Amino acid sequence: MSEKSLLQLLQSRFGNVVTGGDADAIDPWIQVEPQSLLNVCTYLRDDNKLRFDLLNCITGVDYFEPDAKKAAKSPWQPHTELVYHLSSIALKHTLVIKVVLPRWKNDQEGSLPEVDSVSSVWRTADWHEREVYDLSGIFFQGHPDLRRILCPEDWVGHPLRKDYQMPLEYHGIRGR
Amino acid sequence: MATGFDSRVVEYDVRTDEMLVNMGPQHPSTHGVLRLVLRTDGEIVSEVTPHIGYLHRCAEKIGENLTPRQWIPYTDRMDYLAGMNMNLGWSLAVEKLMGLQLPDKARHLRVIIAELGRIASHLVGMGAYGLDLGTFSPFLYAFREREKILDLFEEVCGARLTYSYITPGGATADLPPGWIGRCEAFLNELVPIISDYHNLLTSNAIFIKRTCGIGVLSAEMAIDYGCSGPVLRGSGVDYDLRRDGEERYTEMYDGYSFEVIAERDGHYPKDHQYPKVPQDAVLGDCWHRFYVRMLEVMQAIDLLRQGFDRYSAATGDWGTPIKLTQKLPKGEAYLETEAPRGQMGFYLVSDGSSIPWRVRARSSSFCNLSVTHEICRGVPIADVPAIVGSLDIVMGEIDR
Amino acid sequence: MRLNVILFFGKHPGAKRIVAEFINSLLSLSSDHALGYVVASLIHCVLLLHVIAVGALVFIWMERKVSGRIQDRLGPTRVGGRFGWLQTLADGLKLITKEDLMPGAADPLLFRLAPYLSFAASFTAFLALPFADGWAAQVLNVGAFFVLAVLGLEVFGVILAGYGSGSKWSLFGGMREAAQVVSYEVPLGLCVLVPVTVCGTLNLVTIGNMQAGLFTNWLIFQNPFMPIVFLAFFTCAMASVNRAPFDLAEAESELVAGFHTEYSGLRWSIFFMAEYGSMFVVSALAAILFFGAWHGPLPVFASISASPYLMHIANLAGCTNFILKTVIGVTVMIWIRWTLPRLRIDQVITMCWKYCVPIAAFCLVGTVAWEVTGLPWIGDMTPNRNPMGSVREHWAQDDPVASTSHSVVIAEGRRND
Repeated sequence: MSEKSLLQLLQSRFGNVVTGGDADAIDPWIQVEPQSLLNVCTYLRDDNKLRFDLLNCITGVDYFEPDAKKAAKSPWQPHTELVYHLSSIALKHTLVIKVVLPRWKNDQEGSLPEVDSVSSVWRTADWHEREVYDLSGIFFQGHPDLRRILCPEDWVGHPLRKDYQMPLEYHGIRGR
Repeated sequence: MATGFDSRVVEYDVRTDEMLVNMGPQHPSTHGVLRLVLRTDGEIVSEVTPHIGYLHRCAEKIGENLTPRQWIPYTDRMDYLAGMNMNLGWSLAVEKLMGLQLPDKARHLRVIIAELGRIASHLVGMGAYGLDLGTFSPFLYAFREREKILDLFEEVCGARLTYSYITPGGATADLPPGWIGRCEAFLNELVPIISDYHNLLTSNAIFIKRTCGIGVLSAEMAIDYGCSGPVLRGSGVDYDLRRDGEERYTEMYDGYSFEVIAERDGHYPKDHQYPKVPQDAVLGDCWHRFYVRMLEVMQAIDLLRQGFDRYSAATGDWGTPIKLTQKLPKGEAYLETEAPRGQMGFYLVSDGSSIPWRVRARSSSFCNLSVTHEICRGVPIADVPAIVGSLDIVMGEIDR
Repeated sequence: MRLNVILFFGKHPGAKRIVAEFINSLLSLSSDHALGYVVASLIHCVLLLHVIAVGALVFIWMERKVSGRIQDRLGPTRVGGRFGWLQTLADGLKLITKEDLMPGAADPLLFRLAPYLSFAASFTAFLALPFADGWAAQVLNVGAFFVLAVLGLEVFGVILAGYGSGSKWSLFGGMREAAQVVSYEVPLGLCVLVPVTVCGTLNLVTIGNMQAGLFTNWLIFQNPFMPIVFLAFFTCAMASVNRAPFDLAEAESELVAGFHTEYSGLRWSIFFMAEYGSMFVVSALAAILFFGAWHGPLPVFASISASPYLMHIANLAGCTNFILKTVIGVTVMIWIRWTLPRLRIDQVITMCWKYCVPIAAFCLVGTVAWEVTGLPWIGDMTPNRNPMGSVREHWAQDDPVASTSHSVVIAEGRRND
């Protein structure tokens, strides 16, 4: 199935839930509303024509420019993107899903944005979501065991956010 | 003398407690700094919880501050046993974003280097697996041959572990003169030694007893947990990115003939030359994962031999590395390659400057390890190293 | 038959008696004065201690050299000259200078006691081990039984170490050792029973002397079951002294280092002295029970072994022979260790109860049947063969406390053939 027809299929199936997409990008992608991510993912995995049985990767991308001068010139509003790379071992095609989230929930600094966990769809999402939570600071609702995975459990902050500051010291170890 | 039943006498069963044991991070067989918390009932492990991150240095954050070529040394240090394949994965991802096309010679050069790296990596995987099962000698036999590969790599790029050889746009240098001949001579030496490895491990009765039917990973579970590489193919899934991957990667192998090493109808490709699958072996167990690696060494040798002729026949240059501060086009690209340990993916987002906005490494060992708690449930302690060893993890890649 | 088991200072035939009489004559005491025996016993103990210590030194060096060669390496090459033969001594010095650590959770008494207990068991086994005709610290008429019994005690040291270390890994190692060694005592005993049945005695010296003459007299050629028993014996022996592939108590890839995880320095090295000592003992047992003890393949010294003075030369040659055979046994153990992967604990126990015990039991029955029916085998085709019974009967008639020295009894036994 070609990327374009895939996008059309999804857009017709889910309508307004699929809010955007680019079939001409290097990796064609679709943008999905955060509320219906779980539904879309379940459909993508279970539909016979799609069968996306493998979740390759989940990436959190933080769009934020800490430097105020540069921020004024940046083409986007500050936000966070979740990128899901899917592929199908059975049918050998790939798809990229993007979910756009605010950087902070309700614009309150410190409260993490929330999205549904897809660990019930692909179990590999368990560790990937823990990693995204740990490094990019996105909370996954319905995750069975959302703990930090790479950083120590008492680490403060989420290193892959652009405004992250390395702590001055951690248990007596100098940070910077 | 007591007569009859005395209700005051209570028969006590032996009371046993579960015990929490820390296997690692300083344990001889956790392949680096992996920590497994085992909940054991005597010798039986009822639950395994892996704790990772002891080697975490947030390479992705570092990548947000460096240009793609500057980040190459950091890819070396991910899967440090297959640095060449890491370089290749990153270079291809950058080339995908930039839309670079490589001359033919560079393509064959990369096939040669990547497959040689695969052999070197699988040799360590094989030897270290022997170590996990308590036999030391195969490890040193494996390293003896690996040293020769490292000598060859040293000739190519001057480094023995962290190569930084393959770069976006090609490689840092061409293969030195006469190198192909030396490499070919090495392969001719290696082929008979492989049968020694088979005698010492694959077909050894104790090895078979220790690995057959242990840690069985079904194909569905392997896919569900995102396992890849020999772990996935050991479960009988016929999937190899060199054949099934994206065109940008598979075109590298255009014209090469190879069969994906996975069991089909109870047979592996060309398996009549190698030890038979033992009767006790179950598809997806430790033995199969090990066997797939062993066969992939032979497959890599085969690919190398094809590559030598093609490389020698190819005209043109070996490619021109991109500039150190090359501006990247705006956009994003994700590419997975078949590294020795599985599908290694690199993702980069660019905002148009020479430094990527976001860099992401999808690690194969990371996903392969995440299945541990499923397949280690209810096994004896001795099988935990056997199972974790059969996943052939590298902590540098898991923790990044 | 009288059971003079632990009478170390008793008056018994053998080399010790000669030494004791010599000392008594030096001190112009009566030839059976107790002082001479006490001194002679001490001399023997010190000698044996050196056998173990130097033996361990040599065997550890050998282990490194052999494993090096097996693995395409050189092994030690520098310390002490070309072959690095002083490497173990250098390591020993290093171990002595190391800090003696004890974990806070350990039971101090048990933790300290464990290595010595292991070593004592291994050392005691040496007391009854004849190195040549009559060359034993204590010739026991139940020698085979005694050696097996005290070797079995070594497990206590390991269990104590596992229990007393206050470490979970050590505890696992100790429990594994307990399960394994206790199980393997059974087939090991059965295997030893087979040559003992053939010889009709538990006395290791007598068993050795019965195999004098051509190599076809060795017990391994006695009947068709013997080679099978030997293989079973060797397997069980390796298991009971914790050598790979049965080294589960210290399985380094699973249990870090098993029972000796928490040990360091000299205490740790004492465990190793005990291990190599036990290896020597079981290999020696194999040599005595199956491979003609101190008798070479050809009876070169047969003519002088009867003479009162020259027989010492024959014994010296016999001792060399014996140590050579033992070293071969140890080398095979080293070879196996560096070749095979380790078994799992359940497989080790299965191996014991499902294979070794039935095989040993079958061979015991088979041997008895073979001997009773008197069927001929390789050994019986040798010309001028000692009838198996002749030596034994003379020994049985001989009172151990009688004045004739042991070797003379044997010589008489042979002359009467």
